[in-house]
Amino acid sequence: MQTAVQIPHDVSYLDYKGKYRGIFSWIFSTDHKRIGLLYMYSMMSLFLVGVMLGLAMKLELIAPGRTIMGPQAYNAVFTVHGVIMIFMIVIPGLPAVFGNFMLPIMIGAKDVAFPKLNLLSWYIYVLGALLVISSVLFGNGIPDTGWTFYAPYSFKTGTNLLPAIFGAFVLGFSSILTGLNFIVTIHRMRCPGMTWFKMPLFPWTLYGTAWIQLLATPVVGITLVLVALERIFGIGVFDPALGGDPILYQHLFWIYSHPAVYVMILPAMGAISEIIPTFSQKHIFGYKAIIASTLAIAFVGYFVWGHHMFTSGMSGTAQYTFSILTFIVAIPSAIKVFNWISTMHQGSINPDIPFLWAVTFIFVFMIGGFSGLVLGALATNVYVHDTAFVVAHFHFIVFGGVGFAFFGAIHYWFPKMFGRMYDKVWAKVGWAFFTIGFLTLYSPMFYLGMMGMPRRYYDYLPEFHAANILSTLGSWVMTFGLLIIIINLFRSARNGAIAPMNPWNGKTLEWTVPSPPPVENFDEVPVYGEKDGPYEY
Amino acid sequence: MEHVTQHSEPHYDQEASKLGMWLFIFTELLLFGGLFIVYSIYRFLNPVAFEMAGHELNMTIGAINTIILLVSSMTIAMSTSALQKKDKKLTVYLLVITIILAIVFLINKYFEWGVKFDHGIWPGSEHLINDMGKGEILFFGLYFVMTGLHALHIIIGMIVIIVALNKVQKGTVNADRPSLLENAGLYWHLVDLIWIFLFPLFYLIH
Repeated sequence: MQTAVQIPHDVSYLDYKGKYRGIFSWIFSTDHKRIGLLYMYSMMSLFLVGVMLGLAMKLELIAPGRTIMGPQAYNAVFTVHGVIMIFMIVIPGLPAVFGNFMLPIMIGAKDVAFPKLNLLSWYIYVLGALLVISSVLFGNGIPDTGWTFYAPYSFKTGTNLLPAIFGAFVLGFSSILTGLNFIVTIHRMRCPGMTWFKMPLFPWTLYGTAWIQLLATPVVGITLVLVALERIFGIGVFDPALGGDPILYQHLFWIYSHPAVYVMILPAMGAISEIIPTFSQKHIFGYKAIIASTLAIAFVGYFVWGHHMFTSGMSGTAQYTFSILTFIVAIPSAIKVFNWISTMHQGSINPDIPFLWAVTFIFVFMIGGFSGLVLGALATNVYVHDTAFVVAHFHFIVFGGVGFAFFGAIHYWFPKMFGRMYDKVWAKVGWAFFTIGFLTLYSPMFYLGMMGMPRRYYDYLPEFHAANILSTLGSWVMTFGLLIIIINLFRSARNGAIAPMNPWNGKTLEWTVPSPPPVENFDEVPVYGEKDGPYEY
Repeated sequence: MEHVTQHSEPHYDQEASKLGMWLFIFTELLLFGGLFIVYSIYRFLNPVAFEMAGHELNMTIGAINTIILLVSSMTIAMSTSALQKKDKKLTVYLLVITIILAIVFLINKYFEWGVKFDHGIWPGSEHLINDMGKGEILFFGLYFVMTGLHALHIIIGMIVIIVALNKVQKGTVNADRPSLLENAGLYWHLVDLIWIFLFPLFYLIH
């Protein structure tokens, strides 16, 4: 593959001295790499808050009855945990951090199409996060509706819900602008010779994601505005007392929020599709099938929202239809898993840290996916609806899927981002603790759900005690692993061994620039020849 | 902020900004799309009440406002053509006319809403909740939300046009770099288009 001439002595984006100094050289920077890191640091701080809230919930559930908090506090904790984790971490997650950092480099561009808009998106993100946090700190009572803000409780509750709703709205705006930026970047800024079907898979999944962000987010935006107006003025659209229909809220909410699940998982799949060929030293199996399945997920994902509402009151026809569509959307995910496994087949596998994360991703994603089919089937759904089973499924996909992919991606791209290598022994220890803890934390919930333990209660019947103890122990092991991972990465970003340009022998464009990349990424615009491709081993 | 990342060649891609604007317009359409869905569902459920409540609206003011917006769409389209012909003065005039028309639209809207308030009709008002049926409550709730959100878009559109006007005067938006004005025009057409749907839905369908 022919690429740009490298100038290793060029100034890296980390050392570049612009007009501003200190923190201002970051928060006024329109460099996509710095913005990516800004997102990463803000998300990391919020993530730790979310993790602590999760730990508090698990601690409460270590024994029946009141352990450390009462019902109202528990409601507030799961609400804030959900809002932070969903709207501030997993939805922006991979696109905002690795999309910003890697997308322009992977397609051979100097930056995204609209760098200032990109920085503005980060400011909007921070504003949204602050708004949500302000709902916790001020006003009378922390929001207690759950992250779904279901009507009519969301405008009847006396807690301070308005800032949380507006915060979620503002965060959606940030998401839309990032998506818009990425679509235009991918359309307009691919390097010469990089046709659509020579583009690496991570940018492809970002492309699919960006369309979902763009087309689904406005719907939830207006829905949240309507809830806020319902709260302030009483316009009546979701209030049964005034003629409105609360079920309509659920429809509008899930029209966005189900596709949002694919906003979370598609870039995660993209990162896995980068890691696996690199560590198998082999061309990705079924490149076009992966692209097609990405677009199929993005498309079919729009039409499955009703499976969140099987018990809310829908016609039988609607229920069958949504159930069948839900089964259909599982097919492209299965195609991807098949392709990843086939890529490994007869490859020369290098079982390094990112690869470990990638294979554990496939493992937990498959458990999450199959339990999703249990929920997508009407009969079983009615049985386990709103139980711990749903919580387990959801966390296997969103934390297991997206989280494992995120950690895989950060261990994969870390040497490129910071120019240093992390301590691999500690990284493996962290991975082991995290994986064991994760499985111990969430697997018992499948059992608990099947036995009938409802979600979102601070209390439970005595017969659920044993499994809950196991789950709480798992949460401690997982958090211990998480701390090892984060501390290791933080220390290595400063003091790790200097990383080479291409530590994993990757073939995509980001491995052809120095680590860390220079300010303008490429000294000369790279050119893809006839026979070049992203995975030519 | 350009100094932070000094790109060796300043990046100007007219196609990219136009594509970005179109994508943004999609999101706006979906934002209002959500409201149109809510409207059609409740209209379907309360056909009689929606028809009765529709009679309360002043069709004349609505029609005048429709004409105003259509003319303003024309003037902003003409301003783009004037810019292409490098007639800066005409461009500025046409943009000023567009802004004036937008202000007239808002004044009409103000009086229209004012009359409703005088009759004791606003979201959550006692008159509405105690004396009217649920269909009417929904109709007026949606009327205020949708026309209010549209008026907010008129204001945003005006701000964008004022920024474009300022840059045309400075010369940073010119025949070679017309993106900002063209995008302002696209946005204004969107605002116009949404009104073209709002007007029949609330005022005309009987």
